[in-house]
Amino acid sequence: MQTPEIKDIATQVRRDIVRMVHGCKSGHPGGSLGCTDIVVALYFQQMKINNRKGKGGYISFKMDGIDEDLFFLSNGHTSPLFYSVLARRGYFGIEELSTFRKLNSRLQGHPTTHEGLPGIRVASGSLGQGMSVGIGAAMAKKLNGDKNLVYVLMGDGEQQEGQVWEAAQFAPHHKVDNLVGIIDLNGQQIDGSTEQVMSNRDLKAKYKAFGWNVMEIKEGNNIEACIAGLRKAKRLTGKGQPVMILLYTEMGAGVDFMMGSHKWHGIAPNDEQLAAALAQLPSTLADY
Amino acid sequence: MKKYTFTESKDTRSGFGDAMTELGESHPNVVALCADLVGSLKIAPFIKNHPERFIQTGIAEANMMGIAAGLTIGGKIPYATTFANFGSGRVYDQIRQSIAYSDKNVKIAVSHAGLTLGEDGATHQILEDLAMMRAMPNMTVINPCDYNQTKAATKAVADFEGPVYLRFGRPVVPVFTPADQKFEIGKAWMVNEGKDVTIIATGHLVWEAIKAGEVLAEQGIDAEIINIHTIKPLDTAAILKSVKKTKCVVTCEEHQANGGLGDAVAQTLAKEFLAPQEYIAVNDSFGESGTPEQLMVKYGLDSKNIIEAVKKVIARK
Repeated sequence: MQTPEIKDIATQVRRDIVRMVHGCKSGHPGGSLGCTDIVVALYFQQMKINNRKGKGGYISFKMDGIDEDLFFLSNGHTSPLFYSVLARRGYFGIEELSTFRKLNSRLQGHPTTHEGLPGIRVASGSLGQGMSVGIGAAMAKKLNGDKNLVYVLMGDGEQQEGQVWEAAQFAPHHKVDNLVGIIDLNGQQIDGSTEQVMSNRDLKAKYKAFGWNVMEIKEGNNIEACIAGLRKAKRLTGKGQPVMILLYTEMGAGVDFMMGSHKWHGIAPNDEQLAAALAQLPSTLADY
Repeated sequence: MKKYTFTESKDTRSGFGDAMTELGESHPNVVALCADLVGSLKIAPFIKNHPERFIQTGIAEANMMGIAAGLTIGGKIPYATTFANFGSGRVYDQIRQSIAYSDKNVKIAVSHAGLTLGEDGATHQILEDLAMMRAMPNMTVINPCDYNQTKAATKAVADFEGPVYLRFGRPVVPVFTPADQKFEIGKAWMVNEGKDVTIIATGHLVWEAIKAGEVLAEQGIDAEIINIHTIKPLDTAAILKSVKKTKCVVTCEEHQANGGLGDAVAQTLAKEFLAPQEYIAVNDSFGESGTPEQLMVKYGLDSKNIIEAVKKVIARK
């Protein structure tokens, strides 16, 4: 896929995110917008995905993910991003995005397998658990002789959870080298900046000390930089170490008034704010 | 009273370990995980035979539960093993989100449950795990009574699709169930048919119930004894059938009275058939150091206490 097209997808995903959050008057637009470029780059460029079509012309989703790359979203509150990307990638119809966070929806506030939404392999939302699950899936791939990769996206605030460091210690010890972790470094969390709330200090030095091969994507909201960075990460796999990408992003990226603070972590835009946001995000594909 | 004898006593955890050795051969997708307690869980033979299918997580149970969940995605059948204390309360949220809510086929297999862990004391004597796991949607909760039943249960859950909490213990207890038993998840096991009182027991308290039943028989009290190895789903039909006949019940568990087998039975009776009930359980307290035998007596879980409870409940009929 050529990069102009993938940029259009990212713009449409951002439109979807603000519309979904507006539609249910709740959800987390800030982190979703900030991670849009990396997740679009993963699903539309980097990852090997089973494209076989099944019922309704949608991707025939298989939980076991054998012969595919797998993605786990550990910071599950960025669910509007995940749902939009899955729908736009062909896992289910885009019209279902309008049900986000509403009663009887498969698009729960935080991602879940429980309602049978195709594309999701584990529930997330309670933070700190995704890397462990990704490690397990990566080890199952090794046991199955499956050469594909596992990607796990986490937040930077999430690094404050203890389980993250249990997983960080485990993966290098067991040489889980078919695994690429990504930390969204937007520097914000609910109560303020991560520096202020609970400093992560030097994550690069920490992960290196734990035995990871650490690399950076400095421009995490430049989709070409994301694609290049993911290609580099893939080249670093299979060498006896797990790979960690430090991804520098801006919370709220793409909507100017949502950027630059933690304010838009978990609130929805009103009608006027929605209109102002959409004015910055032209519709590139059909809206749902 | 049906006669129960035993030729040997064994720890239930050895039943688990020996079953794992067999599963290593019969089930190529079974993977064992352990958080630095290989010796206690008796899985050294499995590890020796299948080193590639063993994952040592170190002392990091939260990570272990997540890894187990992830392994199921690739079709593995992980047995996540540790002490009951560290495989329940310590990691409740990991089990809840990554395993139960995510419907992952993880077997949480835990040893050293309850007071009879003994000398290590209350920090390690989990007495709330059945309540926690019963409350968890989508969780099957199993607490077998002896070596043979633990072995049979360990093998049976490999062929059952879904999350399971399988609880066993440290002490050596009589082996009185058959080696060739078929383990049916969710099915009560009739130990002795009687008419005067129903004694419903789980875990190694089934043996205490049998000892109590023998004494009661000598005193002219005909006790029906039921072994509930599956706390959830509970065999409510078997319980109701028995209590409708005997009109009273004593429940026995190595667990808090709050939220365990007794409360599960009480919930059933409250809805379907009111009958007096007495609890043999720990009464809202932590345990302490001591030998298993001393602790069983001090906390009122031995056959003598069951006999007293039976007399009390019959008087309330």
